[in-house]
Amino acid sequence: MDLAKEIEPTADIDGRRRTAGLLAKASADELQAAWDKLPDKPDVKAVRGPETGLVMVRGRIGGGGAPFNLGEATVTRATVLLPSGVAGHAHALGTDKTKARLAAIFDALWQEEATRSFVESALLGPVEARVAAEDNRTAEETAATRVDFFTMVRGED
Amino acid sequence: MYVAVKGGEAAINNAHRLLADRRRGDRSLPSVTIEQIVEQLGLAVDRVMAEASLYDRTLAALAVRQSRGDLIEAIFLLRAYRTTLPRFGTSVPVDTASMKVERRVSATYKDLPGGQLLGPTFDYTHRLLDPSLLTDEPIEEPARKSASDERVMRVSDILAHEGLIEADGDFPDDHEAGDLTREPLEFPMGRDLRLQALARGDEGFLLALGYSTQRGYGRNHPFVGEVRIGEVEVELEVPELGFAVSLGRIRVTECQMVNQFKGSSKAPPQFTRGYGLVFGQSERKAMSMSLVDRALRAEELGEDITAPAQDEEFVISHSDNVQATGFVEHLKLPHYVDFQAELALVRKMRADIEAIRNGGKDVQEAAE
Repeated sequence: MDLAKEIEPTADIDGRRRTAGLLAKASADELQAAWDKLPDKPDVKAVRGPETGLVMVRGRIGGGGAPFNLGEATVTRATVLLPSGVAGHAHALGTDKTKARLAAIFDALWQEEATRSFVESALLGPVEARVAAEDNRTAEETAATRVDFFTMVRGED
Repeated sequence: MYVAVKGGEAAINNAHRLLADRRRGDRSLPSVTIEQIVEQLGLAVDRVMAEASLYDRTLAALAVRQSRGDLIEAIFLLRAYRTTLPRFGTSVPVDTASMKVERRVSATYKDLPGGQLLGPTFDYTHRLLDPSLLTDEPIEEPARKSASDERVMRVSDILAHEGLIEADGDFPDDHEAGDLTREPLEFPMGRDLRLQALARGDEGFLLALGYSTQRGYGRNHPFVGEVRIGEVEVELEVPELGFAVSLGRIRVTECQMVNQFKGSSKAPPQFTRGYGLVFGQSERKAMSMSLVDRALRAEELGEDITAPAQDEEFVISHSDNVQATGFVEHLKLPHYVDFQAELALVRKMRADIEAIRNGGKDVQEAAE
């Protein structure tokens, strides 16, 4: 979409990537709760979707070699426009259209100075903390199954 | 020969109504939910996703429920569903080296960076039926231990330092990965296409072929360099943004099979590799895939092709269980006219043979 291209040069790519990644990991409930808390709800125009399709997931031969097509995954995407003209995009695994629409709205709101801190504190921060806690939990549960080898001494001296 | 036949509409409707009833089973029991299937029959869901070649746990669980637990039927349902969706694009290749590892074991190195992480495995259970699962006993929380920051290093990278193992498989830079969902299969095919076919291939078929190589039909002296299971990030290059964004994570199983190789006119003695990568948690499938991948590299490595597992056209043409079940199961559909034709033919042949036999007897009697 050409709209996004206009604002892209000013946008900070790492910030957009982090936002998109966290919005993809946010649950529908987390997005809905943040939307409910948003004081001034913008009049959002749907530009594309929400719509569900497929992304072909690739792997690499041997783990690091040439790419090959592993199989597809369902993905739902949406693009919305705020009254200010800022476009928001969302892409997430799965088929949840409400989630994609809300995520696109928050992607747009994050780009606006006035609402960025709300998006950070009401949504991105908590999602980041939840994902980190879940990852930590899984890592600790996995670490508890690590094998500690010990050597059996046979015979004497 | 196919001839249009009409009839049976009421019977079909009632059969499907009966199917819905049998699927529901005893109405006095609660109905199983999609969430319960995802959470408690997760490996069935994983198998359906892998062989349907579509990652979506909710839809795979729906397919398991709809098929009454017939997994090949569920795979068929999910495959059919995928054809209704447009394709948005192709992901950046997933990076299994930065996997959030939930299990990693190596049979070649005892002490390796990251360690032997057993994870939620059936290994070392005694395979005794557990009567406590007959009832709903409370299950204790998993043990936890502080995790180290040590990177779970790939086993292939360890051997690579000594130059004793071949590199990851490569193609020229201008090679575009083949896609069997877009182009008809042609033989011989590249290793990329073979891996795509194997990743969606039937687990039982690949298991049997992998087993056959161990029993001597195309032996390739395998060791499990490592098996790892965990989540990887899926990223998509979004044209509107001009950069790749994460779509979320998927769980995959990867197997690096390391194979002894005595060398050939084309390559020095070294370890070669077979590779397996599968959606979900499916160690048996990933290991079988890597054995078959290695066996199918016979020609590339200058080995004699003597066994079924090394025969690319045989293996790839028969690995897809949706195709296989379609062709095998179509035999039960009406073939009335074909059969009538065959019946008439057999009757005629029988009559001809009897006429010759009687004729011979008549001739013999006349001679006496």
